[in-house]
Amino acid sequence: MTQPAIFDVAIAGGGIVGAACARALAHRGLSVALVERDVLGSGATSAGMGHVVVMDDSEAQFALTRYSQQLWRELAPKLPANCEYEECGTLWVAADEEEMAAVEQKHRWYGDRGVPTSTLTASELSAAEPNLRSGLAGALLVPQDSVVYPPVVALTLAREAEKLGAALYIGKQVHILSDGKLVLQDGSIIRAHTIINALGSESARITPGVPVRKRKGHLLITDRYPGFVRHQLVELGYLKSAHKSTGDSVAFNVQPRSTGQLLIGSSRQYGAETSEVNQPVVSAMLQRAIEYIPRVADLKAIRIWTGFRAATPDKLPLIGPYSDDQSLWLATGHEGLGITTSLATGELIADLITGRTTAIPCEPYLPARFANANQANHLSKP
Amino acid sequence: MSGVYDCLVIGAGPGGLAAAATAAEAGLQVGLEDDNPAAGGQIWRRGNAAVSVSHSAEQWMERIRSAKVDVLCGWRATDAGTDALGTPFIRVEGLGGFRDLRYRKLILATGARELFLPFPGWTLPGIYGAGGLQAFAKSGFDVRGMRVVLAGTGPLLMAVTAHLHEAGAKIVAVVEQAPLSRLMSLGMHLAPSAPGKLMEGLRYRLRTMGTKYYFGHWVSEARGDGKLERLTITNGSESFAVEADLLGVGYHLVPNTELAQLLGCGLENGFVRVEETQETSCTSIYCIGEATGIGGVDKAQVEGRIAGFSAAGRIEKARSLFAARDKQLRFVERLAAAFALREELRGLAQENTLVCRCEDVPHGALRECHSWREAKLHTRCGMGPCQGRICGPATQFLYGWHAPAPRPPVFPASVGTIAAVDEAGVHHE
Ligand SMILES: Cc1cc2nc3c(=O)[nH]c(=O)nc-3n(C[C@H](O)[C@H](O)[C@H](O)COP(=O)(O)OP(=O)(O)OC[C@H]3O[C@@H](n4cnc5c(N)ncnc54)[C@H](O)[C@@H]3O)c2cc1C
Ligand SMILES: Cc1cc2nc3c(=O)[nH]c(=O)nc-3n(C[C@H](O)[C@H](O)[C@H](O)COP(=O)(O)OP(=O)(O)OC[C@H]3O[C@@H](n4cnc5c(N)ncnc54)[C@H](O)[C@@H]3O)c2cc1C
Repeated sequence: MTQPAIFDVAIAGGGIVGAACARALAHRGLSVALVERDVLGSGATSAGMGHVVVMDDSEAQFALTRYSQQLWRELAPKLPANCEYEECGTLWVAADEEEMAAVEQKHRWYGDRGVPTSTLTASELSAAEPNLRSGLAGALLVPQDSVVYPPVVALTLAREAEKLGAALYIGKQVHILSDGKLVLQDGSIIRAHTIINALGSESARITPGVPVRKRKGHLLITDRYPGFVRHQLVELGYLKSAHKSTGDSVAFNVQPRSTGQLLIGSSRQYGAETSEVNQPVVSAMLQRAIEYIPRVADLKAIRIWTGFRAATPDKLPLIGPYSDDQSLWLATGHEGLGITTSLATGELIADLITGRTTAIPCEPYLPARFANANQANHLSKP
Repeated sequence: MSGVYDCLVIGAGPGGLAAAATAAEAGLQVGLEDDNPAAGGQIWRRGNAAVSVSHSAEQWMERIRSAKVDVLCGWRATDAGTDALGTPFIRVEGLGGFRDLRYRKLILATGARELFLPFPGWTLPGIYGAGGLQAFAKSGFDVRGMRVVLAGTGPLLMAVTAHLHEAGAKIVAVVEQAPLSRLMSLGMHLAPSAPGKLMEGLRYRLRTMGTKYYFGHWVSEARGDGKLERLTITNGSESFAVEADLLGVGYHLVPNTELAQLLGCGLENGFVRVEETQETSCTSIYCIGEATGIGGVDKAQVEGRIAGFSAAGRIEKARSLFAARDKQLRFVERLAAAFALREELRGLAQENTLVCRCEDVPHGALRECHSWREAKLHTRCGMGPCQGRICGPATQFLYGWHAPAPRPPVFPASVGTIAAVDEAGVHHE
């Protein structure tokens, strides 16, 4: 580990986003420092579902998720087995004819943009997922979506960066992040030409004014039931519930893990800043899962936990230079898609810092869109 | 269940029985619940003959019956909550579903479990916990003529040896890691303060005469083709092999503190911290028995009586038992000192020796980690169904890690149970 007096780039936050940035920058030959207060991948990255999913909420969200999904598919063969990459595909489940119409529409929308999808009739759906309740209308299959085990991916990306010369500072808390400096709790200073805030839901604590808010989520993991569910299953209603940016909501979202376990989600809450498990929210979330898969009620759950997404007012992440401080950049605000979009974020950051053309237009994600802080504050109110 | 217990007792071992009977006789409406199909706890369940000075299981059960304690066996406490009116409850799950047991005072008597330390070959079929092997034999497993080795540490070894000997097993060796000198001094100190225990120990010792005892020794390796065949026993400088069909091995006990932690009770050195009255750091929640310090049946019972009186507001009655309890607490310290684990046990696991059996994580992967959290996130250690119940204490001894407070459920529970907000199945929108 060579340690220059001034790094090209120093990154605060060793979640999957910080790790992906470190790796992409190291690949371009830059000297990089990555600073994590706890364990690599221990923040939202350890709490999330690890569903790598193409989304169609907006063109900008689509572009980022699709670009990133393709990066995941390129990386997959090189990932060690304990990253648990599995291309199980997503099934967007339609409960009724109205939602089935949305399936058809999405099928065309994705098709127009080169994403392979197929529609499943009611009987095809029950053949694909026999444990779903009967009477559902059908589903949209997105076969290239996948699941991963995020904390080990974060570790793997950071270790790859380290092999390329990056310096990892683990167990070091960043106190101040400005003017080309990371001041650590122990008083030591890491200097860099560019410093990046990749602190997830903690971003605004270190850089006041960054328009991110904590959005709490609950997940439950079961014991091992191999084959009980075969695809990531998400209700189409998810689009209605999860993506309205205000209020508490739950949605049916169940994922098969390579261990045979099921991960059951999901919930979204603003204003809940502490990590305790909220029983009414968990109940509502599980009732929803049971509505779709009645037999899930009989499975043994072994643990429930919570995590915080970093939510922005417009549901898009903050990637790029920030504010008057010429040295300070952001790579945060990934809300519920940061596992998916981590790899793309790393590439965008690395291309922007090295002055190359980005693979997709970067404007929708530039923090400058909130340049007027008042506007940002206004937007972030529910 | 719409009622609210004046006092709810979790765990029906010697401690819980004493607490429930005492509180009920003092006039409280008491509920007593345990996850096993029968009351009695680790020691009295399935008609164990082991004696205690003060009381027998049958005497307590008689008092429980006549004081009209509501006994619920076969229900496991998995979670805690508060109902719409603000009354706290413990959610218990059993074969018939779940119940929410509401309470005003809560007494936790959740006991202890064995500590397992990994060594090469410890996962071979034929190897059990010492207490586990005893339980297995009690529930009908035929050990007649089997060659059995008991190993590890603690008074439990002698009790189990006696039991298996009576059940017809051929005890090949009893291997206690503590040196004889430490046990002798424990015996001397015990004589005045705990005659019952000393006699009990001696009685076992005599009953099993003819058995080979090795003090200051431990099992360093197990071998066999698909099942246990041979063990290596060592004292650090000399080793020898014995042939065996079964090994019962346990390194004394670790307290079951998960439920107390979930409720927010403070710990001290890994045990639930209590006041004189057995009240924990949480008002109206008491804790007794092994969960507050490993000290055996007599300690559990006297603490149970104190908690029962305290919960009923009979502080003077409780106070009259403090001296007897404090005598037991001195025993707790001596016990811990006598059976303290030796350094060499930290070095038994090899690169490929599994430490976390749920997730198959070997020592080699874990020793690169610096904390329980790092191990958990990067190797999946402790992520399986036991949620670190077994490997957690082992990693604490091996690597000095501390597992964070548990998240619900404290035991695996069905998704349907967790989904319900209360027994009526009403859920909030
Ligand atoms: C319940 C839930 C489900 C989710 N499901 C999915 C999903 O299926 N698919 C998907 O794509 N995304 C999902 N997400 C979102 C995803 O988990 C996050 O977007 C992603 O993990 C964000 O990564 P990050 O690196 O930005 O943040 P984090 O992982 O939170 O990383 C930030 C890091 O900074 C460190 N840190 C904080 N403060 C300091 C400091 N002062 N000094 C040094 N270090 C510090 C933290 O310890 C942490 O490691 C989900 C999130 C939740 C909560
Ligand atoms: C495996 C084993 C075998 C033992 N054998 C002997 C022996 O032969 N001789 C001897 O002298 N001592 C023996 N002991 C020691 C003995 O347990 C104690 O001395 C004594 O029983 C302590 O009483 P207690 O009431 O504190 O706990 P326990 O007797 O352990 O009672 C605790 C009870 O609480 C129940 N419980 C725990 N958590 C929950 C929950 N979440 N929900 C519902 N119920 C719960 C347990 O199943 C148990 O029935 C043994 C200990 C163990 C662990």
